[in-house]
Amino acid sequence: MAKITREQMVHVAQLARLHLDDAAVELYTKQLGDILTYMDTLNRLDTKGVPPTSHAIFINNAFRDDEVKPSIPVAQALANAPESEDGSFVVPKVIG
Amino acid sequence: MDLYGLTIHAAHELLKRGEISAVALTAAVFERIEEVEEKVSAYLTLARDRAMAEAEAADALIGQGELGPLTGIPLAIKDILCTEGTRTTCGSKILEDFIPPYDSTVVKKLRSAHAVVVGKTNLDEFGMGSSTEHSAFASTHNPWDLTRIPGGSSGGSAAAVAADECIGAIGSDTGGSIRQPASHCGVVGLKPTYGRVSRFGLVAFASSLDQVGPITKDVTDCALLMNEIAGYDAMDSTSVPRPVPDFTKALESGLHGLVAGIPKEYYVEGLDGEVSQALDDAIKLIGELGATCREVSLPHTPYAVATYYLVAPAEASSNLARYDGVRYGLRDATSANLMEMYRNTRSRGFGPEVQRRIIIGTYALSAGYYEAYYGKASQVRTLVMEDFKQAFQTCDVLLAPVAPTPAFKLGEKLDDPLSMYLSDIFTLPPSLAGVPGLSVPCGFSREGLPIGLQILGKHFDEEKLIRVGYNFEQATDYHKRRPEL
Repeated sequence: MAKITREQMVHVAQLARLHLDDAAVELYTKQLGDILTYMDTLNRLDTKGVPPTSHAIFINNAFRDDEVKPSIPVAQALANAPESEDGSFVVPKVIG
Repeated sequence: MDLYGLTIHAAHELLKRGEISAVALTAAVFERIEEVEEKVSAYLTLARDRAMAEAEAADALIGQGELGPLTGIPLAIKDILCTEGTRTTCGSKILEDFIPPYDSTVVKKLRSAHAVVVGKTNLDEFGMGSSTEHSAFASTHNPWDLTRIPGGSSGGSAAAVAADECIGAIGSDTGGSIRQPASHCGVVGLKPTYGRVSRFGLVAFASSLDQVGPITKDVTDCALLMNEIAGYDAMDSTSVPRPVPDFTKALESGLHGLVAGIPKEYYVEGLDGEVSQALDDAIKLIGELGATCREVSLPHTPYAVATYYLVAPAEASSNLARYDGVRYGLRDATSANLMEMYRNTRSRGFGPEVQRRIIIGTYALSAGYYEAYYGKASQVRTLVMEDFKQAFQTCDVLLAPVAPTPAFKLGEKLDDPLSMYLSDIFTLPPSLAGVPGLSVPCGFSREGLPIGLQILGKHFDEEKLIRVGYNFEQATDYHKRRPEL
């Protein structure tokens, strides 16, 4: 059985905010299926009770002093924006 | 003598003695780039005018007797580290015209040390790849054989060093992206311990794995660059507040008393015969230099590829959510509403490998699959870390291959992502464990392709890697060979 269906791929692409054409859906469905089949090798391991690791180096509470420092000026922060107006980022219509 | 062929320490000596100027050195590097860049394609952006101005400023300082180890040294920077005022693309169309408003901490430190920034080097898009073929702009060619990949993702930096298109370079490594291209290009590359070097201004791929490090012509240069770039940074909450040693103190002769582990799971079927032979010879030599070599086991090695290719894409899918066409980068201007704009921008802006990894990561984190994939991988990551902890109870360092084969042909694995992922098998486990790894040249195949030795150490014990690498280098001449271009 296929690891992942076409419908699931379309759903994942929607979650990831990607627009895939039909050819891309087909290709990624196959490739993700192959990759997930390979990932199943992990199921050979019994990991019951093994704590997960999200970070290799343990750092507890990285505190620093809350000092006020200069930040990037608005004009500079907007310099790379595709569109801006009156010190703000402009986006296409949000509500139809 | 060709100035571009110098190491950092050799150039420094000549600058100190007044025999060369930083301007002459930098000009020589740009002449070399003009000569060979067409063949190698290591750079995405050259910063000639600014570099020449930096070289002039360095000469003025040298004239006043102010000369640090990197003053006036032309360096190349992987185009995933932000450079204020100089385009930083990450090899992606989505950032094709992005001009960062600030320098990454590493670049800032190099500028404060009065190094000269030559330009920004090519990479797999956002660091995702093992061949530099996933750059949106160009494929870099291996200087030893132009029909082959330079490795990746820091392929541009490694090729630039090998082709003498810079004196030294900076790369970044998430699952082998410094060590593997260094190995394929016959140069030295160090992935420091996670947390040793600041990630501030390093464009994020997988935040629990990414680390910045040097790619150089020899181990001495590696130590010199580490001295400048390592250290705690308040701007990176995962950088570790601990003192930075003088890494050049580790450049001392002798390996007596040192125990080197040989992880048996790394010498298995699939390892190329010539790579295996070069590794055997390297281990023998390190034994002759005074180290005690003994076999150790890292039993979870066979699970590292699956673990990494869940953890890293999961983190990437989250990190790359920021490219939405709003604040910077590409925007699809044809879209009628916001959601359409997000989706069209991202699918136009990201290349196939990046989209593939975003899909893997999104799937692995999605409702109903999180436990089975991301959760499981995070647990196996613990087991991989335990392997290293166990091995380092009896060993100071581990000796391993970097890649299972010498550099493969351009295009060879491009249509088969899984086979490309599997070629990372020896560099992924140390990345998952956060331990440092040094790649040094240890031989050549019959076809003249470089082979690398990977030296692994305990967390924050880069000094021992440098010591082993230095001694190995002193006893061999692989690092002195240069490709004919």
